[in-house]
Formats: sequence, structure tokens, C-alpha cells
Amino acid sequence: MREPTPEQIRDERVYRSLGLTDAEYELVVEKLGRLPNYVEAGIFGVLWSEHCSYKSSKVHLRRFPTSGPQVLQGPGENAGVVDIGDGMAVAFKMESHNHPSAVEPYQGAATGVGGILRDIFTMGARPVAFLDSLRFGPLDDGRTRYLFSEVVAGIGGYGNCVGIPTVGGEVQFSPTYRGNPLVNAMCVGILPADGIVRGTATGVGNPVFVVGARTGRDGIHGATFASAEDPEEKERSAVQVGDPFLGKLLMEACLELIASGAVVGIQDMGAAGLTSSSAEMASRAGGGLEMILDRVPVREEGMTPYEMMLSESQERMLVVLERGREHVAFAIFQRYGLEVADIGRVTDDGRLRLIWHGEVVADMPVAALVDEAPVYERPIALPSEPERVDIPASLPAREAWLAVLSHPSVADKRFVYRQYDTMVRAQTVMGPGSDAALVKVPGMDKAIAMATDGNSRYVALNPRRGGQIAVAEAVRNLATAGAKPLAITNCLNFGNPEKPEIMRQLSDAIDGMAEACKALDTPVVSGNVSLYNESRGVDIQPTPVVGAIGVIDGIAKRLQSAPTRERAAAGLDLWLLGREDDSLEGTLYGELVCGRPVGDAPYIDLAEERRLHDLLQAIAGTRAAAAAHDVTEGGVAAAVAEMMIQCGAGGEIDIPAGMSQLGWLFSEAQGRAVVAVLPEGAEDLARLAAAFAVPLRKLGRLVASEKVAVRQAGDMVVEIPLAALRDAYEHAIPMALRAGTAGASA
Amino acid sequence: MKTFDVEVRVWLKPSVFDPQGHAVEQALHTLGFDGAQNVRIGKYMHLTVTGETEAEARKSVEQMCERVLSNPVMETYAYELKETVV
Amino acid sequence: MKWAVVVFPGSNCDEDAAQAVRETTGDVVDLVWHDATDLSEYDAIILPGGFSYGDYLRSGAIARFSPAVEAVRREAGAGKLVLGICNGFQVLTESHLLPGALLRNNHLQFRCEMVELVVDNNTSPFTRAYQLGERIQIPIAHGEGRFHADPETVEDLRKRGRIAFRYAHSPNGSVADIAGILGEGGNVLGLMPHPERAIVDWMGSVDGRRLFQSMHQYVEEGLADARANA
Repeated sequence: MREPTPEQIRDERVYRSLGLTDAEYELVVEKLGRLPNYVEAGIFGVLWSEHCSYKSSKVHLRRFPTSGPQVLQGPGENAGVVDIGDGMAVAFKMESHNHPSAVEPYQGAATGVGGILRDIFTMGARPVAFLDSLRFGPLDDGRTRYLFSEVVAGIGGYGNCVGIPTVGGEVQFSPTYRGNPLVNAMCVGILPADGIVRGTATGVGNPVFVVGARTGRDGIHGATFASAEDPEEKERSAVQVGDPFLGKLLMEACLELIASGAVVGIQDMGAAGLTSSSAEMASRAGGGLEMILDRVPVREEGMTPYEMMLSESQERMLVVLERGREHVAFAIFQRYGLEVADIGRVTDDGRLRLIWHGEVVADMPVAALVDEAPVYERPIALPSEPERVDIPASLPAREAWLAVLSHPSVADKRFVYRQYDTMVRAQTVMGPGSDAALVKVPGMDKAIAMATDGNSRYVALNPRRGGQIAVAEAVRNLATAGAKPLAITNCLNFGNPEKPEIMRQLSDAIDGMAEACKALDTPVVSGNVSLYNESRGVDIQPTPVVGAIGVIDGIAKRLQSAPTRERAAAGLDLWLLGREDDSLEGTLYGELVCGRPVGDAPYIDLAEERRLHDLLQAIAGTRAAAAAHDVTEGGVAAAVAEMMIQCGAGGEIDIPAGMSQLGWLFSEAQGRAVVAVLPEGAEDLARLAAAFAVPLRKLGRLVASEKVAVRQAGDMVVEIPLAALRDAYEHAIPMALRAGTAGASA
Repeated sequence: MKTFDVEVRVWLKPSVFDPQGHAVEQALHTLGFDGAQNVRIGKYMHLTVTGETEAEARKSVEQMCERVLSNPVMETYAYELKETVV
Repeated sequence: MKWAVVVFPGSNCDEDAAQAVRETTGDVVDLVWHDATDLSEYDAIILPGGFSYGDYLRSGAIARFSPAVEAVRREAGAGKLVLGICNGFQVLTESHLLPGALLRNNHLQFRCEMVELVVDNNTSPFTRAYQLGERIQIPIAHGEGRFHADPETVEDLRKRGRIAFRYAHSPNGSVADIAGILGEGGNVLGLMPHPERAIVDWMGSVDGRRLFQSMHQYVEEGLADARANA
């Protein structure tokens, strides 16, 4: 196949198939001062894509707070880095792999994990944990069951093999994701606070290397495809295949190389492969790069410069070394059996120049490719008022309790996380199933706390408040474990930005998130935006997913999300910290009875939220509580039941007089947690709650019994065996998957 | 020196339970292929070998199969070998 | 005494095992690259968990041909202690240092969780610190842990007390619920569960400690005897 000429690209509008609009093409011509050839047009196409340039979201992302004394590296690098004290730091980032996972779920999820892993170790950090935030349609659908099973297998397939534990995350199910599942992967790494490595190509004359896997034709146009609607219609050839074994060797070799001090800059070849890695590294350094493509190791014969530049073959890195120290790299890579090729050098002319067969095949200003990429102020619709609906009390308390616990979003996720190696590296103090995961810093009495969260129902009902809640929930998980929150990363999964109402959701959600980040002192240090999450013209509910990081000094202080069996059996009182609320607006209960999200998003007050977080850390410090669990989806009823199921104790719960029974049980008002406390700890707890001005109410108690009773003013509201709650909670997902198999035979 | 095209198949011995085969068999029945029985899932490998004679190449392939490509404790193998026509 | 942990490309529990040995015994542990040809200076050798060579052909199948495993074979023959954990167990069966094979879990999924084991032999160098029939908690993390051997081999293992650990509730469909077996000389142990992940209380169990301590005690007694006889 002959590549189109520059004139053909213009006259036949070939640039459109490369992802450029007519106006963008005109801009390319202006920046170059001539017509781009096919290679150049392709490079502009991917770098100016939504995925690489953030052109629709950039003006809004600027509103996030990104600094603070704890921030060592904010957005703009491969990952954010925060200080955790004692000379140590944590690098972390979350990234979406939604579209690839919708087409080929196993490889899509696996390569998502591999990609985020490389972003972390390129910072000079030793990766220590993965978390995954997943969204699927309802499990009554065969395609969804297939996607769910394969995505989970793919995450495990990659993460287990590279030897990094998957310690947390969440899975939620809603009809909104039926045609467009979400796969957001987060990686966390540890490094010395003064050991950050950046993705910059500095030092004129320094050599540039490609290391790792050979370049093949896989994934060409993955970046443009990531921003396109209905990926199923695209060719499956865009799917990349991950090789975790090679990924592990590459990680070890790169960490060893970084430790040698010979590395000037290093970057993963992620979306848009060699194109984005080279352009971004040159852009950060304010310089240029010259690359001789004949030297790129290829997997297939006859690859063109266009294909080499746009390939998304996995497990490849671009490394700039200090001139004269190349032998250090060769020795390390040889020992790991990895390929390394010297493909060019750093220049100071500000241009990305590509040479093939002795000819210059592309020559473009780096600034035009990256810094001067188009930025759009897309039209934003007027805000819409949350609808006013009466939520019928049509589901009685007992049935509602079972329905909430057996809703796959709430139900036990053991099916998922027991397929992940959650303990490799032998530093996992608290793993999946806890409010936050805790991973020890080796050799220190210190652990990193981490959690992900993001409930799209709230954002759909009220984008701004929903954005606040997304941050508050993730950060609250850390505080509930007794950790001090430090910073967040995020994935903003939204629909088509060309629709003004979607831009309204994005803009408002960002405002809400920014407000929460400020109130909770957790700046945004890294993140990713995934737009065009739609299927057949229908957009997903807006889904900002937040990954939060904190630190706990002294692991003995940690709070489990449920007490041990022995402590529960000895008798513990349950207390509610935070507002007493009986509104069903925005709740899972509301969605269950109305079949869709209804009302406004639940109550949140960021000042109250902050006081609760401070109180929880203080409680952990005094060891007044045996366990703490935050109140989220499913309300107090779900929080208490989860605690009882985990510790195997029944108990008694009292609904305050004057409160609506259903509302009190299932309200999802924010800023709340349930704590289990020894009876003699009540005084300490009251003193602390008063000191932090957090409302405190006794909920009831845990008892060594198989019975659970809920009363109001002495009258029985629900009486149910613990086993019934447990069955609903533990069997929901396995049964949904089994029912599927049986259903297919009918 | 001649070059031979080799196709190797490796599968679990009849005495060994094959959960993958079992799962696929169940799925086939679910889809109405009631006649499908005894599903076994194995591996297929393709390679080329060189040798002076076919007998020498065969000997080499058999050694590969017995030492590396299959584990005789649980697996069995078969292969086909053809001289490549240039 | 001195320990070696062999590192294959793709091993990922090597550091964990070394740390567990240091923590439980205070002994010196070296991480030894797979191309090592001589391991005679070590009293005990651990083949750690992971995915050696990606486990792309069969788990442990390629690692078997490494120089280090040749060296392990020699040291095992000389009576040194060899412990294969998870992928290390797979390497030992592929190398025929232990009988049987480890197949894909019967439910086809990778499985990581704390499991209950029953101690079936408490006289070996690896298990002497446990009680016979004792139930202990050790985590598993594997996709191919279903032990298989022909009935005669299993019967022989049972008769000779070479089944060191059984699962109380099999997580993978292993024949006779086998979780760990001993070699003919009693100085080689392969087990699927990870004792190095049950060392300190925050891990959820400390039942793995005694395995490393048993090995330490056995070797130190032997060394003391040797010194006394010298």
C-alpha cells in the first residue's frame, strides 16, 4: 500500500481518518508552514487526540488544587509523588483502559495494569500495590458476565505475574455501563523522597534508547480509538497484547538502571507509543530529538515509519542516558535478556526529526505537537435543577436490607479479589474487603493507606455535589483506617464532550471535586480523563473515580473495618459518628424502588466531613475503637450488616424516635462512620467527638448471637438471622454468575 | 541440511482430569450440542527444525517433546513432520 | 547456617522468602541468580514462588533447565535441605526431584486466600516444630496447584509419611488434598502454600515461622554434631 501524498491528504481529507478535524488540519499546516506528509499528519492526529492532549478538559482541569507541602511532584509527569515522611515518598497514578477492555476484556485490562505499572517505576519508584476501579452493566446480561470475568482474569493475569499485590479497588454495577464498561487501574510505588526521576530528554548529544519488547503493528491508532465512540465497530487489530513476564523483567532492569544514576530521563511508550513518549520527553526538556527509525527493533518485516511511530506494542520504554555511560545500560539489559537499541540523540533545536533509509521522513516543532495542541472551550449547557420526587416506601425494611446487601455493587467481592494475589511482597497489612488497604513500607513502622471510590449515581443527580462526594468517600476510607490523607489521583470517565450537557457534568464535577480536595487537604497530583464513554449515542453516567493516598505512622494504630471475632463476642457497642439523617434522596434504596437514580445527591458538608476525618485519626491514635467502617452505599443498614457479617456477631440496633425507619436505615448522607467500641471506652469516645464537634449517637451493640434485631422506641422493626444477611451478601455475585450459566441453557 | 516443518500437539493424559475441557463440554451442552463428549484441551506448537535426514529430525523432535514440550507425568504428545519445499 | 534463595527470571517471592528467613532465624541469606553453578556453600536452598520464565510452557518447565537447578539437584543428593514454595514446588516436580505434577486448579481460577492445613508429618527437617495433626493457617496464591500423581505414587507417599501437609478443605482439587510433599530422602519439601506470608501477626497468621525455624534447628544441630565429632 502506498501512503497518500501531502496533497492527497489535503484534497481527499485523509487527515480526518487520522483523527484531525478540518480546522485542526489547517492549524497543522500553519504550524509547519507547509503541508504535512502522512507520517507527520498521523503524529499530529494522535498527539492532538482527546486521549493525549486533553483538549476538551484542559481548561477545566486547571481548577484542581495541585500543590501543598506534601506534594513533591504534581500533574504533568508520569505520576504524582507525595512525601510520607522519614525521607520516603509515594508515587501513584490511576489510568483508564475503558475502550480496549470493551473490545478485548482480558488483554484490555491486562495492558491497562501493565501501562500504569510502567508509569510508576519510570518515576524511580518500586511499585508496591495495584487497585482497580471497575464498572459493569447488570450481571443478568451474558456479555456483561463475560466482560466482568475476563477483566478480572486479565487484571490478575498481569498483576499476579509481575509480583505486585492487588490490594483494593471497587466494582460497581449499573445499567449505565452495559455498553461501555469502565476499567481504571491504579498503581502505587515507594521511592526515596529525593530520588524522583522525570521523563525529560535533556543534555544535547545524549543518546536515546528503546528498550524492552520489539515494535509490532499492534495497537496502531489506539489513542485516537480511545476517544472514539463504539469501539466494537473498529478493527480488533487495535488490541495490544500484554506480556507480564517481559513487563517484570523490564521493571527490574529499569529500576536497576535508574539506581545506577546513568538515566537522564525515562518514559513508558503508552498510548501513541514512540510518538508520545519522544514528543513529551522533548517537550518537558524544551529541546528536540532526532531518531533514526531503521534502528528500532521490529517484530514484523516491512514496517513503515508511520507504523513504527504509532505502534502501541506493550512493554517498551524510551530512555535517555548520560553520554558515555551506555555500557552500564547494556550490561543490565543483557543480564535480564532484554533488547536495547540506540535510536537517536537529544538536540537543542526544538524539533522532532525522524530519519529512515537516510532521509528525513518527519520534521516538526515539538512545541506545536505538545504545548500548542488545540485547547477547546466547548459549549456548556445551563445547569439543570435536581428533580423533586417522592421516593415511595414500597420496599419494607427487611426486604430492602436483603436487596441492598445482595445488590452486586454492595455485595461481597470475594469472587473478584481472591483471583488476585493480594499478599505477594509480604507487606500487605490490610487488603481487599477493608475500607482502605494498608501496605507497609519495608523496614519501617509505617504503612501507605490507599482506596478508590466514585459513585456515578450521585454525580448524575447533582454533578457538583457528586464530585464532592467522590473525593470525600475515597479520602474518608483512609481516615476510617486511621490514616492521614495526603493526596488524590483520578480518572474522569465521562460521555461525549461535544454535547453541552456532558460538558456541564464535567465542569461541575470538577468544581465539586476541587472544593472537596481543598477542604480535605488532598491535592490532585496525577490523573487521566476518558471521554466519549458512550454506546449507540447514549452516554454513561458521569463517573469520576478517585484514588486516595494517605499514611499511617505505627501500624498498630490501624482500624480494621470489623472487629475480630473474639472482641465482638466479648460485646462491643456500636456508635454512629456524624449526622443523623433519614433522607432517601440519591440512595440505592431509591434506585431499587424507582428503577433509576432519583432525587438529589445525598447530603454532604465538607467542613463536617473534614472534622470526621480528623476525629477518626484521633480515635485510631488512642485505640478507643475496635473497628471503624464508613457509611456509604446502602447507608447505616449496609455498614452495620457488613461489620456483623465480617466478625460473625449479631446485635441490636435502635432507630432514634422521630426518624423515618427506612430513611434512617438507608440514607446515604455523607460524613459518617460506624465505630465498634468497648463499653468502657464510651467516655473517651464522647470526649473526642465533642473535641472535634462531630455528632455522636449510640446505634446499639454487637453480641455473640446469630440474631439481629432493629427496634424503634422498643418496637421491633426488623428481626432477622445473621445468616440471612450473610447469605444475601456473600452469595449475590457467585449466584448471579451461576444463574447466567443456567439461564443460557433454557 | 534439510528444513522440516513440525506441528506438535500436547494434551493431558486420559487419566488426568482436564477442567478446561470439562468446562467447554458443559458449555457445548448448554448451547444444545448434546452429542459433544470427551472434550480435551491441549496445546498446539509449530516450529521448524533442521537435520541431515528426516530420521535425525524426528529423533530431535521426539527429544524436545519428551524433555521440554510435554511433561510425561501428566501429558502426552503427537507430532507431524514434513520437509519444507523451498 | 547459610541460606540461598534462587532467583529465576520471573520469580517474585524471592525477597519475601529471604526476609522471612532473616526474620525467623537471623541467619544469612543470599539471593542467587539462576545461572549459579555451585551452591555447595549453602546449608539450605529455597526455590521461591513466582512465574519463572513467565510459566508460558508449563509452570516450572523452563526453570528446570537452569544451571542453578542442576546445582540444587547435586546439593539435594548430598543431603542439603531444599524447599520449593509454589512455583518452586512446580520446578521440583518438573525436575523430578519430587514425584507428581501440578496442574491447573479444578475451578480454573487463580486463588489467593488464607487456607487451613493439616500437618501430616512432624518428623521431617521442615516440620519438626509442628504437632502431628495440628491445623495451621497459611495463605495460598496459585492458578496451578492441583497436585496430581498416579494412585500407586500417592499410596507410596502416604505409606512412607511423605505427605507433609494436607489441605483441610482443598482449594484446587489436589489428589488426597495434598498441599506439600517430601522427597525420598526427606530433605526436599515442595509445598504450594506460602509460609513466608505467615510470619508476623499483622499478616494474619504466624504459622509459617516454625517451618523456617525447623529447618534452622535441624541444620544447626547437624553442624553442632559435626563440630563435636571433628
